[in-house]
Amino acid sequence: MSAPAVKAPYGRLRRLPFWISGRGAVAGIPYLWLLLFFLLPFGIVLKISVAEPIIAQPPFTPLFGPDGSLQATLDNYRFLLEDSLYLIAYLNSLKLAGISTLLCLLIGYPMAYGITRAPRATRNILLLLVILPFWTSFLLRVYAWMGILRNNGLINNLLMSLGVIEQPIQMMNTDFAIYLGITYSYLPFMILPLYAALERLSPDLVEAAQDLGCRPWKAFVTITLPLSLPGIIAGCLLVFIPAVGEFVIPSLLGGPDSLMIGRVLWDEFFGNRDWPVASAVAIALLLVLVVPIMLFQRMNLRQARS
Amino acid sequence: MNSLVQTAAPDRVKNGWNRPEEAPFLRIEGVEKRFGGFAAVDGVSLDIYRKELFCLLGGSGCGKTTLLRILAGFEQPTAGRIYLDGSDMTDVPPYERPINMMFQSYALFPHMSVESNVAFGLKQEGLPRKEIARRVADALELVQLGPLAKRRPHQLSGGQRQRVALARCLVKRPKLLLLDEPLAALDKKLREHTQFELMNIQEEVGITFIVVTHDQEEAMSLSTRIAVMDRGQIVQVGTPTEIYEYPETRFTANFIGSINFFDGRIARVEGENLTVAVPQLGRDLLVRSKKELSPGTEVCVAIRPEKIAISRQPLDLPNGVKGKVRDLGYLGSVSVYRVELENGCLIKVTAANTLHSAEREVDWDDEVYLGWRATSALVLTE
Repeated sequence: MSAPAVKAPYGRLRRLPFWISGRGAVAGIPYLWLLLFFLLPFGIVLKISVAEPIIAQPPFTPLFGPDGSLQATLDNYRFLLEDSLYLIAYLNSLKLAGISTLLCLLIGYPMAYGITRAPRATRNILLLLVILPFWTSFLLRVYAWMGILRNNGLINNLLMSLGVIEQPIQMMNTDFAIYLGITYSYLPFMILPLYAALERLSPDLVEAAQDLGCRPWKAFVTITLPLSLPGIIAGCLLVFIPAVGEFVIPSLLGGPDSLMIGRVLWDEFFGNRDWPVASAVAIALLLVLVVPIMLFQRMNLRQARS
Repeated sequence: MNSLVQTAAPDRVKNGWNRPEEAPFLRIEGVEKRFGGFAAVDGVSLDIYRKELFCLLGGSGCGKTTLLRILAGFEQPTAGRIYLDGSDMTDVPPYERPINMMFQSYALFPHMSVESNVAFGLKQEGLPRKEIARRVADALELVQLGPLAKRRPHQLSGGQRQRVALARCLVKRPKLLLLDEPLAALDKKLREHTQFELMNIQEEVGITFIVVTHDQEEAMSLSTRIAVMDRGQIVQVGTPTEIYEYPETRFTANFIGSINFFDGRIARVEGENLTVAVPQLGRDLLVRSKKELSPGTEVCVAIRPEKIAISRQPLDLPNGVKGKVRDLGYLGSVSVYRVELENGCLIKVTAANTLHSAEREVDWDDEVYLGWRATSALVLTE
């Protein structure tokens, strides 16, 4: 029998470098995931955005020429600024996403508030109902709206058979249909963070405000609203960011003139096969979104500190 | 001069309930609150007088908090009326009642400083800025929180938060202040200190307080009068002494302090002297009672543990039993004994430790004699 191995002192285990320890792995694996599936593709897109289009496979010039020199150009970005189509598409996307976010907030806040005030047993059912649409494919649900909004769809047929209207109302292929589609699809993303924020809020606070002389509406504005601000911000970000880049809803429900950046991106990639410009559009979109997020972050931090 | 403190000398005699000429300040008339079929408050009528520090005492679920919330206006009573200082408050919404409530959770607004919390109620009244600033400063001075005015609630200790909550109510100069378990969130030492502080402040500002508590010691030491509640009803109202020394029911006797019960039947009545046959003890007990009782009535003889004398020598008292010390709890100032009689019946006795523990007279497994006077015990019929 061999002599027992010298045991490492107990403390050694704890002195493992952070990235190898269990805690490090728990935090590290998601980061590795992000690195692989976000940062790497982002790098590739960034690379393509500074290339020039050529008729070849792949359809862009390599980053380094045959002599090893760097072939990067900002022409694609310059092009984005020159052609007003892109600026209009960006602004239109921001407008559509902004208004949809506002609609989600206006509809979602009372809903979230109502859910927190419901009896505990009912509350879980109501929350389940909010999440229920996710059990059906997103695409399927948008197609379903086409069936409802079409000129010979559910609403128009009903209104015409009731004799309310004689001509069908044009709802498909309008901005209205896009607002409806985005608001409908993203509403749960607004309700859930709002619910989380409102649920943490003790009902005592509102009662205390009333006790001190606030009418119910004033108590809401001075107590409930400011204390649910983190939920409002989180919900708005969760709706606004994906809505800006939304492609499926505008292309299925929107009209030819409702230009959104997601569609422009698609057209550049698959219609024009101009990968470099398409990549530049994507990078610019990212910048458009990162700036407001960082502003929100800073505001949040400042609030947390004070 | 602090604007919240009464200018006239505080009235130290707060016994309005003893003066027939004094009208009750708060009158609760047959108030009832039903949730579905369950009556949380079941026909409560109470008169509370100016400057009282009145305690609603009871276990959890006895309806005391619901009653308090009805007074604050957060719950609408199913039946009954509430009058404050002569005017009917029953249908007045909470934001218009001259009543303020201090919540058990304190309910301080986390997004506001101490100062803004205290100023909140005055801003709702639309008072001029200067007046608000002056009254807020006075209120903070009263609870000794002036230096912490700019802090946020989460930067304060539990005791400090409690004082902010109190200041936030007092600054409104309410006619009636409701306090829901005001000391429950504090640790024991701080609780004792805060208790006296609360009494002093109440005396200084001369506002009528109603305190809800489940803690009988707290109720005893704080209040002018106590209402003991059970299952939505008021069981007994009285001063702390009355409640402790003359409980009317087994429930009250048992809820406040501890007590020994002996069930029996009245054997003889001679004026105020009763002889009660107690099969459990196998002997008769002599009790003095002013109640009109006739022989044969089933009664319960109740005696507080501290009113029983314990000794190793036979005692010269009208009521006496013999037993063996089964348990001995040494609590420092007093010791709690559980004495087992020959028939297995357990009696609780407490005795002050006047001697040093080394020379303790009664110890585990000692044969002891217990005894008490006829006036020490009570006769309960309910």
